[in-house]
Amino acid sequence: MTNLAIAANGLRKSYGDKVVLDGVDLNVPQGTIFSLLGPNGAGKTTAVKILSTLISADAGQVHVGGHDLAADPQAVRAAIGVTGQFSAVDGLITGEENMLLMCDLHHLSKAEGRRVTAELLERFDLVEASKKPAASYSGGMKRRLDIAMTLVGDPRIIFLDEPTTGLDPRSRHNMWQIIRELVTGGVTVFLTTQYLEEADELADRIAVLNNGRIAAEGTAEELKRLIPGGHVRLRFSDPAAYRSAAAALAGAAQDDEALSLQLPSDGSQRDLRTILDRLDAAGIEADELTVHTPDLDDVFFALTGATTVPGQNNEPKEAVR
Amino acid sequence: MSSLSLALRDSSTMLRRNLLHARRYPSLTLNLLMTPVMLLLLFVYIFGDAMSGGIGGGDRSDYIAYIVPGILLMTIGSTVVGAAVSVSTDMSEGIIARFRTMAIHRSSVLIGHVIGSVIQSIASVVLVGAVGVAIGFRSTDASVLEWLAAFGLIALYALALTWIAVGMGMVSPNAEAASNSAMPLILLPLISSAFTPIDSMPGWFQPIAEYQPFTPAIETLRGLLLGTEIGHNGWLAVAWSLALAFLGYRWSTASFKREPK
Repeated sequence: MTNLAIAANGLRKSYGDKVVLDGVDLNVPQGTIFSLLGPNGAGKTTAVKILSTLISADAGQVHVGGHDLAADPQAVRAAIGVTGQFSAVDGLITGEENMLLMCDLHHLSKAEGRRVTAELLERFDLVEASKKPAASYSGGMKRRLDIAMTLVGDPRIIFLDEPTTGLDPRSRHNMWQIIRELVTGGVTVFLTTQYLEEADELADRIAVLNNGRIAAEGTAEELKRLIPGGHVRLRFSDPAAYRSAAAALAGAAQDDEALSLQLPSDGSQRDLRTILDRLDAAGIEADELTVHTPDLDDVFFALTGATTVPGQNNEPKEAVR
Repeated sequence: MSSLSLALRDSSTMLRRNLLHARRYPSLTLNLLMTPVMLLLLFVYIFGDAMSGGIGGGDRSDYIAYIVPGILLMTIGSTVVGAAVSVSTDMSEGIIARFRTMAIHRSSVLIGHVIGSVIQSIASVVLVGAVGVAIGFRSTDASVLEWLAAFGLIALYALALTWIAVGMGMVSPNAEAASNSAMPLILLPLISSAFTPIDSMPGWFQPIAEYQPFTPAIETLRGLLLGTEIGHNGWLAVAWSLALAFLGYRWSTASFKREPK
C-alpha cells in the first residue's frame, strides 16, 4: 500500500435502480498519470466525484493521499485539486480575481497570493485576458483558467475529468503538455477521457471502465497485447484482379462489396514481403495496401462491446502504398 | 488554523466575492429597489389623499409618516429576492463543485451570501429611507436609543429574511424559479399594516394581516420612529425574526449539505 496516491477498493454507487459503479478497484502510484477510459455514461465522472469527496460511495474503501476518504474528507480535500468536466470558474469576476479567490481560500498571504496568481496566469498564457470577466473567455481559455485555479496551493494529486473535451486540436496538445509538466514535478494525475489517443499519449496506466466495471487495466502496451494482432488490407478496383488475388492468398477474409481482402499480419517487413511476393507471382497488382496495427481503439471496442464508431475505428493507422 | 478562524476567514473571502458580484453587476439590486420606491411614490402622490382618509384623517404628510416604516420593511423583503436569485445561480455553476472539493469551511459559501445580502438590504433601506426623507418623512422625537433599536430591528429582519431567501434559492432549480418562490417576501408586506391599518380591513382578512411576520415589525418600527404604541409587537417582531432566521439557516445548510447529483 506504500506510495499509492489513490487506492480504491470495491467502489459501488447506484442512483435508484441504476448501478453506476459496480465494484471498482483503482490503484494509482504516486507521480504517475492514470487514465480512466470509457464511453459516455460508463461512470467515469461518478468515480472522480467520489474520489474527490464530492459525493459518497455506497460501498468501498478509498484512500487518497494516504487519508481515509470516509473518515477524514477534509484532509483529502487539502491534498487534491479538481478540475471537473464543466467549467468551475466564476464567470462574473475576472480571471485574475478568480485566481486571487483561490489564493484566499488556500489561506495564502496577500503577497504570496499575488505572486502565485501572476506566475500561473503567465504560465497559462492568460495575462492579457486577466482583467476581463471569465464569462467572456473562449472554451480553451476557460479550461486553462480552470486548471490554473486547480494548481493554486500546489495539490499533490490532481483530478482532471475530461480536460480536453470540447477543445480544438491545438488547445488539446497544449493541455497535454501542461499535464506532462505537472507529473515531472512529482504530482499524481488522475485523468478521465473518452479519447483513446489521449490516454495512449499521456497515461502510465490505463483502466477501461465499462458498465460500472473495470474491463481491463494496464499500460497502453499491455492493453494492446490483450487483443489479436493487426492485419493487412488489400483493395482492388478490378473485380478480376480481386478474384485472382483471393485465389492466390488463401485464408484472406473477403469483402466482395468493397473488393478488398484482409489478412492477419503483424505488419513486419518479412510478413509484408511474403504477401507482396505471392501477389507478384500471380501477376496481380493491388490498388491499395494498408497495414493496420492494433491500437487502443481496437482494445476499447473489443472490451466495451462497441462495434464501430464512424470515422474512428475504420481509419488505418499507417498506410503503405 | 482553528475551526472558528477558518470559518471567519473563508466566510469573509466568500463575502468579498459576493460584494464584488454586487458591485460589478448592480442592476439586480437596483431593479429590486424599484418596487418599494415606486410603491412609495404611487401611494403618496397618486393615492395619498384618499389613503390619508383611511388612517383617520390628516393630510398627505401624515400618510407619508404612516407608510414609510412599511416601505422600509418591504425594501428588505424585496432586496433579499436578489439573494435567492444569486444563490440559485451560484448553485448551478461549476465553481460551487470546486468549493466543495476544497479544504474550506463548509458553510462559508452560504454565510458569504447571507452577510452580503444583509449589507445590501441595509444599504437599500438607507437609500429608500433617503427617498422617504426627501418627500417629507420626519421622525417625531426618536431618541438615539430608538434609532439604534430601529436599525437593529432592520438588521435582524434583513438577516431572517435573507436566510429564508437563501433556502428558497437552494431548492430552486434556476434563477427564474428562485425569483418566483421568493415573491411572497415582496407580496406579504402588501397584506400587512404597511399601507392601511388592519382594523380597516374586512373582518375575515384581519387575522391574515395581523399574524404574519411583517406586521409586528412595521408596528414596532412605527413605534420607534413615530412614537406610536408598540405593545407586544416588539417581542413578536424579535420572535418572528429569530424563528425565521433559525428556520432559514437550518433549511439552507441542510440543502447545501445534501449531495449534488
